[in-house]
Amino acid sequence: MFRKTVLHDTHVNLNAKMGLFAGYDMPLYYDEGVIKEHLWVRESAGLFDVSHMGQIIIEGAGSAEFLERITPSEFQSKSNGRAQYTVLTNEQGGIIDDLIITRIENSKVFTDSDDKFFIVLNAGCKEKDIEWIKSHMPETLCMTCLEDHGLIALQGSLAVKALEETIQCDVSELSYMHMMVGKSPCGEEIFISRLGYTGEDGFELSLPNKIVSSVWEGFLRCEGVKPIGLAARDSLRLEMGFPLYGHDIDDTTSPVEADLQWIISKKTKMYFGYDRIQGELSEGSSRKRVGIKLLGKGIARDGYEIRSKSDEIIGSLTSGGFSPSLKSSIGQGYIDRAYANIGEKIFVNVRGRNIEAEVTKTPFVMAKTKSMKKK
Amino acid sequence: MSEIKFTNEHECIKIDGDVAWIGITKYAQEALGDVVHVELPEVGKQLKKGDNLAVVESVKTAAEVYSPVDGEIIEANVDMENNLELVAQLVSEGGWIAKIKISDASQLEGLMDEVKYNEYTENLD
Repeated sequence: MFRKTVLHDTHVNLNAKMGLFAGYDMPLYYDEGVIKEHLWVRESAGLFDVSHMGQIIIEGAGSAEFLERITPSEFQSKSNGRAQYTVLTNEQGGIIDDLIITRIENSKVFTDSDDKFFIVLNAGCKEKDIEWIKSHMPETLCMTCLEDHGLIALQGSLAVKALEETIQCDVSELSYMHMMVGKSPCGEEIFISRLGYTGEDGFELSLPNKIVSSVWEGFLRCEGVKPIGLAARDSLRLEMGFPLYGHDIDDTTSPVEADLQWIISKKTKMYFGYDRIQGELSEGSSRKRVGIKLLGKGIARDGYEIRSKSDEIIGSLTSGGFSPSLKSSIGQGYIDRAYANIGEKIFVNVRGRNIEAEVTKTPFVMAKTKSMKKK
Repeated sequence: MSEIKFTNEHECIKIDGDVAWIGITKYAQEALGDVVHVELPEVGKQLKKGDNLAVVESVKTAAEVYSPVDGEIIEANVDMENNLELVAQLVSEGGWIAKIKISDASQLEGLMDEVKYNEYTENLD
């Protein structure tokens, strides 16, 4: 049996093509198909149901220090409302999951304490993440799973207008990777985070299940907003070069190999996998995650071999597909560090044939997220 | 006289004398979603029944198209590479991927006609 989000009936009524994702029956695409949905988000605005993702709160004095134990990022000096993309590392420096952690601004939903963080986890990892976090969490801290909350993403240039029309909030001062608390028309509290997985300006909204449908319907009444399935969510993130857990990162890849050095704090030293991660930071890792663009015809896909000019196997793809914006195939994968240079000519082996390709700077398509000014 | 036949792998075939035009069915197109690339066979290639004839790639997956008969590829639809919307057309119009010169016409006997194929796909859903 599959699990359903609170919007499941809504998707079925919208005639979505449904498919299983992380145990949930989710909309893959609606009537217009993936490519049109993808381009619609790049031009207007798309609405995504991502309620299958895990949402938890960790609170109590010392929460920030604890987060610096389970991730390589810095949290003690983060201001209220600041969101950080990071990873949970294991003792070997591999990645258990990637996640976004936000220090919560004054919310009335939860009891007051100085250290309180809102965390969003991948759907396919949430149970294992929660178990891992609990097994290392000091008894003085408290974890709450927001099982009665949904999560919807509104992404694209028309997102601001649609948001302000639907929810009582003013996001003009809200920077990229920051969160504020808004109110639904009936007064329910909504966490509004200016971030997303598409490279567009936009928001992710965490809100009580009982108001998810009415907020969703409200957005769909706004000009330029259409529902978008998980298939376009994947092609949108691929154009940004964002990693997908279970494909581009997993419990064997380190954040350095994954080219996520920017999340690693120079100040903290207590996190799991510190020795490997520091070693790779100073010595370099033997392989690196890179963006790859096919120059010849064909579609790059997960698992395909990457070969050098002399036909040696030098890596493999971990994601790939068609870029609707570029009208060609792009992907990402791990490649021997000698070849991990922008512009390096390589081959991707597609069903036995070498297709010309190039190591490419990411994002493949320019991101349009709002600037991240200091607040 | 030509006739249209169907396989349970969702190829559709226009039989025109000793030549078979091969395409994919509407059912297959709907299952695949947006088509983003077609890999055509080389003209002159000899195929056995069941061999990979072409690959139709959609956003999410690469679907192999199999030859329903033994034979030689005599033409590939090169227009399709640059106009992927042709994939959705009828096999008897622009929707053919390749034409095969049939070596063994008896292999056509097990194929389904349109009525049987429609029954077959209804039972799949």
